[in-house]
Amino acid sequence: MLIILLLLIPFLGGALTLLMPENSARLTAIASSIAILIVAAIICYFYLNNTNIEFISFDRVWIGQLGAHFSIEVKHSLQALMVLLTAITFPFIFLFFINKEPKNKNIFYGLMLLAELGLLGVFISKDALLFYGFWEIALIPVYFLSSLYGGERRVPVTFKFFVYTFAGSLLMLIGIIYLYQHTGPTHSFSLYSFIEAGRSLPLETQSWLFWVLFVAFAIKMPVFPFHTWQPDAYEQSATPVTVVLSALMVKMGLFAVLFWLIPSVTMGAQEWMNVVIFLSVTGIVYASILAIAQSNIKRLVAYSSIAHIGLMCAAIFSQHNLGWQGTLIQMFNHGINIMGMWFLVAVLENRLQTQDMNQMGGVAKVAPKFTIALVLISMSNIALPLTCGFVGEFMMLNGLFSGASSYSTAFTVVACLAVILSAYYTLSMVRKVAYGELKENTKKFNDLTNNEMFIIGLIMFIILALGFYPQWLLNWINII
Amino acid sequence: MIAIVVSVLIGILLMFSGLIFQKSSQVQILAIFGSIALLAANCYDLMLDSRDVVSYFDMISFDKYSSTFNVLVTGCVVLYLLIFKKNIADIGKNDAEYFALIFFILCGAYLISSFTNLLILFLGIEILSIPQYVLAGSDKQNIKSHEASLKYFLMGAFSTGILLMGITLVYGATGDFNVTSEQFLNAIQTSNALSYIGILLIAIAFAFKVSAAPVHYWTPDVYDGSPTPITALMATIVKISVFLGFIKLFHLSFGTIGSIWQVTISVMIVMTLLFGNITAIFQQSVKRMMAYSSIAQAGFMLFAIFSLNDTSWNGLLLYAVAYTLASLGVFAAITKVKDYTYDGFKGLGKRHPVLAATTVICLLSLTGIPMTAGFFGKYYLLTAAVEQGQSIGIVFFAVLMAAISSYYYFRLISSIYFKEGNAELNSEPNSFDNTLYIINAALIIILGLLPGLISVF
Repeated sequence: MLIILLLLIPFLGGALTLLMPENSARLTAIASSIAILIVAAIICYFYLNNTNIEFISFDRVWIGQLGAHFSIEVKHSLQALMVLLTAITFPFIFLFFINKEPKNKNIFYGLMLLAELGLLGVFISKDALLFYGFWEIALIPVYFLSSLYGGERRVPVTFKFFVYTFAGSLLMLIGIIYLYQHTGPTHSFSLYSFIEAGRSLPLETQSWLFWVLFVAFAIKMPVFPFHTWQPDAYEQSATPVTVVLSALMVKMGLFAVLFWLIPSVTMGAQEWMNVVIFLSVTGIVYASILAIAQSNIKRLVAYSSIAHIGLMCAAIFSQHNLGWQGTLIQMFNHGINIMGMWFLVAVLENRLQTQDMNQMGGVAKVAPKFTIALVLISMSNIALPLTCGFVGEFMMLNGLFSGASSYSTAFTVVACLAVILSAYYTLSMVRKVAYGELKENTKKFNDLTNNEMFIIGLIMFIILALGFYPQWLLNWINII
Repeated sequence: MIAIVVSVLIGILLMFSGLIFQKSSQVQILAIFGSIALLAANCYDLMLDSRDVVSYFDMISFDKYSSTFNVLVTGCVVLYLLIFKKNIADIGKNDAEYFALIFFILCGAYLISSFTNLLILFLGIEILSIPQYVLAGSDKQNIKSHEASLKYFLMGAFSTGILLMGITLVYGATGDFNVTSEQFLNAIQTSNALSYIGILLIAIAFAFKVSAAPVHYWTPDVYDGSPTPITALMATIVKISVFLGFIKLFHLSFGTIGSIWQVTISVMIVMTLLFGNITAIFQQSVKRMMAYSSIAQAGFMLFAIFSLNDTSWNGLLLYAVAYTLASLGVFAAITKVKDYTYDGFKGLGKRHPVLAATTVICLLSLTGIPMTAGFFGKYYLLTAAVEQGQSIGIVFFAVLMAAISSYYYFRLISSIYFKEGNAELNSEPNSFDNTLYIINAALIIILGLLPGLISVF
């Protein structure tokens, strides 16, 4: 029963906040997001200790005629990790951007909480129809948020993003309907019946069904060549929304592949393994090279994100246990990492009123705290040992290397190349921003405020703690 | 059966009420009470008929589908009259007649949903159509309204001829007008060029009435030229009523030889979806966009005809109601704004939050976003088509078109919320209007969460 609060609080909080006057919206939103964090923490605690199972699952008949159930539960470490990441991200965003929110606070906070509702729903639903519903519900508030707040070209860019993902989800709907038709005599949408139905299908069916479902997830992640919406959307959205997009929404795609696609369309996934890994690895190199060429800092981080997601996708399809475990860890770590990165970018953008790195420089001289944070988070972005980025990336590359693919060595070599490239573009970003001569507008750069320092400090703590002692996260995964 | 009689009686009563009542508001109230009485009569019929099929003289019969549909369509008319009552009265001087004609249309709709005899079907379609020709031209000051009326009448007469021709041929092949009789069902199964051509002609006549391609060309001009409240009626209630007759005839009577006409229907689906969606993208006027959108939505509803199974019946009922509610909401916004182009909607979100929010919910439902009724309508019809088995290709095409449809619906959302402007209204919506908009939007969301409410098993 407790788990239902995970959906109830963001729904009620979001609806209330939307209808509230502007001034009281912030308090309600922050309170709800912290309440969600507490509930999520309790759920993860129950899950880890394997106690009070009845609290972390809920099942009622939703549409009897279809056999659809409103069934939610946290029963897999992937779900627990994603729920925790989502629950952490929102209060962090709210607290970091306090007093710097976009105008119409009630709309901003209300839509953010509704987006959280959709995300949490995606991560905990066990019923395919419910999963599809939340998948779209997560999209609508984000569509409104990105269109309302952000750069000048935000409306067409967000529209492109919407049409891409909507087309993908409709394809997924066909896949869901098809699998549903092949579930036992009494049709059902539950994960287990889907796995059973998928496995009973012949290889030819699985191989087209795989693409119908995978395209939807690939657009969300995004994997090359479905990524074209992403850099524009990240650049044009307001930074709080960008954090939601890049730390959480892309994880929906990875989550769906791990949780729904591979278990149910196993043979199809094996059939296309090499193609998908090839696309992912191509995407890694392509995005890394483009990242080097960027002078806009938001686009640089966006491309770097494509590269990271590409590696995760490749590791998933390596069909190797180590690769999967690495991906699980990396999904959490990447979320924390990229959130920190966007926060720092937001500080730069807010203080300097530009996203162009050529107009930045010498920040280290005026803002030491900021620079320390930037360097540390960048190190984690490169996956330097003793930061949390390292553990996952190491395991993923290892998995990719020993995976089932017949070209695994070649793929791993190219993927490793991307690690070097990521060091290049990340460090040159640090150099352009923090070092060199002070520019016109960086002279008056204010260092992080206490409030910003607190959130960034927490993020840095998580990065270092998980880098020094990754066993804590690995313990989660071993529970499976 | 009672409902058919009551609908005619209320129609006649309303026709003469113009002599008695001096004020238009009195006529409006009478019409609304009439529609509520009609809803009660339909509910009574549903209770009476729910046990078994009730047949009257082999002419009309009520089964669970037709009775449920009659209740639903009457419910939509109640909502329609509540939302548009003032707009209908403002079309011209003869307001009592407009309301009377709407009730005659309903009578035709009931006949179409409950026919068992091809002659009753023909009568139903004519009773449904003739008041529409009058209503389309009711705005006498407006030359476009005249054009719409004439165009609709000419094209409608033409399609009636085709329908009659089809009925004649089918009669010639089977020797029976009663489409449920054993003689008819046996005769239709034996392959016969006469009956094939007859069925094809009937299909084309129906396609004309539901504005499916390639006989959809009248739709944009007629919908655009007619007064907006009348367009709302034609695009929703009339269209879904004809669809029920369509599915009834083709599933119950021609179902056994589905392979003969399914190809035709599938070609119609592809063409309708393609023309409707692609042309809708290029419209500047929201009213015209809704005309093309209604063509596109008809393409989706044709899936119910195409897939011969139980899911398609349920899907059609749900889709019809979802589509009607959502379209009524958008048409309500079109009657409110002064300039019904996309530009005229700019800034509506800031100035009239309730109207804007409910319109957006209607648009989301038309697109088929989960949590709205439109999603489950699409879901059921796609499921029906996948269940059918041989039509995965068309399903993929339909899904692609649904993605395209998000373009023009979201363009309007974008105008309402994200563009700067001063949307001017004809009249400020009062709290009664706002309540109705909210009820409409709430119905859409309730059906989106619990689609099981409309289901006949």
